[in-house]
Amino acid sequence: MATIDEMIAALARTRDNAVNDLQRLKEKGTKIVGAYCLFAPYELIAASGAVPVSLCGTSEEPIAHAEKHLPRNLCPLIKSSYGYAVTGTCPYFFYSDLIVGETTCDGKKKMFELLERIAPVHVMRLPQSNNRPGDTAFWKQEIILLKKRLEREFGVIITDQALTEEIRLRNGQRSLCRELYGLSRLDPPPLSGSDLHRVLHGSGFAFDRAHHSAQIRALIDALREARERGERSAPAGRPRILVTGCPVGGATEKIIRIIEESGGTIVCYENCGGAKDREFPVDELIDPWDALTQKYVRLACSCMSPNDARCELLSRLIDEYAVHGVIDVVLQACHTYSIETQRIRELVQKQKGKSYLSIETDYSQADEGQLRTRISAFMEMLH
Amino acid sequence: MYSLGIDIGSVATKSVVYNGAIAASVIIPTGWSPRESSRLALQMALEQCGASRDSLRAIVATGYGRVSADFADRAITEITCHARGAHSLNHEIRTVIDIGGQDSKVIQLDEDGHVADFIMNDKCAAGTGRFLEVMARILGTEVAEFDALASHADPAPISSMCTVFAESEVISLLARGVPREAIARGVLDSIASRAVALLGRLGTRGAIAFTGGLSHSRVLRAIMEEHIGEPLFTSPASQLAGALGGALIGWNRNGSALGDN
Repeated sequence: MATIDEMIAALARTRDNAVNDLQRLKEKGTKIVGAYCLFAPYELIAASGAVPVSLCGTSEEPIAHAEKHLPRNLCPLIKSSYGYAVTGTCPYFFYSDLIVGETTCDGKKKMFELLERIAPVHVMRLPQSNNRPGDTAFWKQEIILLKKRLEREFGVIITDQALTEEIRLRNGQRSLCRELYGLSRLDPPPLSGSDLHRVLHGSGFAFDRAHHSAQIRALIDALREARERGERSAPAGRPRILVTGCPVGGATEKIIRIIEESGGTIVCYENCGGAKDREFPVDELIDPWDALTQKYVRLACSCMSPNDARCELLSRLIDEYAVHGVIDVVLQACHTYSIETQRIRELVQKQKGKSYLSIETDYSQADEGQLRTRISAFMEMLH
Repeated sequence: MYSLGIDIGSVATKSVVYNGAIAASVIIPTGWSPRESSRLALQMALEQCGASRDSLRAIVATGYGRVSADFADRAITEITCHARGAHSLNHEIRTVIDIGGQDSKVIQLDEDGHVADFIMNDKCAAGTGRFLEVMARILGTEVAEFDALASHADPAPISSMCTVFAESEVISLLARGVPREAIARGVLDSIASRAVALLGRLGTRGAIAFTGGLSHSRVLRAIMEEHIGEPLFTSPASQLAGALGGALIGWNRNGSALGDN
């Protein structure tokens, strides 16, 4: 019987094993589709028989190479993603038969034009909002265009039945992850924010879904049992922190580390790797194409204007997770998240009566001292 | 019994010995070794009031070099310490604008001197003491003499925020024959407008204190007051606010961790 730490370590290793797994899949003739963003409809890609995989874009290393073609003053996520692609250092990119991108921001949109010179890229166009007549119809058309592209590239027909089945499977995975991170509603939470991040991050690379689901289920059960025995929890009495904003991972894991070292407990991730997707299953009771369209057009991303969905989600999560403070992470030059800090600050402070800190960072480790001062001061304020 | 607060900033290291009132205070340059300067500032403050190391109830380190003061009992950020220090200098203070050597910050306090909210400048030296130091060097003066140079001049606008770009801008102004007095005034204008913008982002409430090394500049203070339309509180101890706050936190350390006063 594995210990909880071993279970967490095994789940965190999912990403390390992914390269070998992909190679094996590739040898068997399975198609691989690389994606960067939550807007890439996982279920649709999977329904084509291909395996969706998250591409690299969270390390500083390839940025210098990317800057040969891209401006310096650009979001590090875009530069890193492009840098990985041009240097051939992202194994998942290497194995991908098709890359799916989205027009989530001007930087990405234009970067994909350059990326198309290296690999086949299908860019999905997003509506600017999701609350106007026509937004949903426009996005449905984009979903259908992706369907056709996948069918053409891979010589398959994507049936309603296959899509319905993938929706069911993906919803199951979402629900399990939701159950896992939902444990952090407990006070103190049974697993640390850094462990939770490692597990959630690994889940993007789980190609054997049944096995991965079983692992998550076992971890949830073990955490529950340990809790009942009065064992295993983060230290009590620490400020409960919700992390929101730009995606956090790789180089920006420094933020998670500094929050924990400064005496905070991360109880919830609202961002792309956390609740933003998993809180909202695809409706299984309506037409699968309409259901898929609605699910993805409603994602609470700052590229939507207005982005009321993010405020609604944050408001609910702050209550459910009994949050004391919200830390809003903005990657340098990400205009949409940066401008949205004003609205989120007002929501958190005025409507929810909680504390708020926005921090701007990039993929370098040079700002660690400055981040530490801001985050430590925030924790001192919450104590 | 005494407590000691030591604020190791990027430019100056400040120490305050407290025993119910400020018993000693020291300001020395940090130099290249925050570790050495913090030891020196500790020693000098103790000598100044004739206190022994053993009579210190607690040592609290703050400022960017707080981690290098390995003799301290606690390291607390300069946000918390500045708030506490400014509040003890004047209990009416609810907003602090601090401009130090390499960063600036605005802090809002509650009536007990606890931090209610804060915001820091972008992670660069624009509008800080470092910026002033660089400009003083190009203008052939010193930070301490800057006020005298700028006080009666009409400003030559400096539009670059970045220290490096502003340096080139000032050099080209000098080349065009713009008087250095006007440039000096323009430099202070630029620092003030940046500080006021930061203040505007958080909003002000109650009395406002101006702390940090740049609070010594009367001209800068006057420009900021004009922009804000309210007086700024300063005291001879304004630069010591962080060290004083640290000493106060150490003095009350038998109370709750940070919630006492």
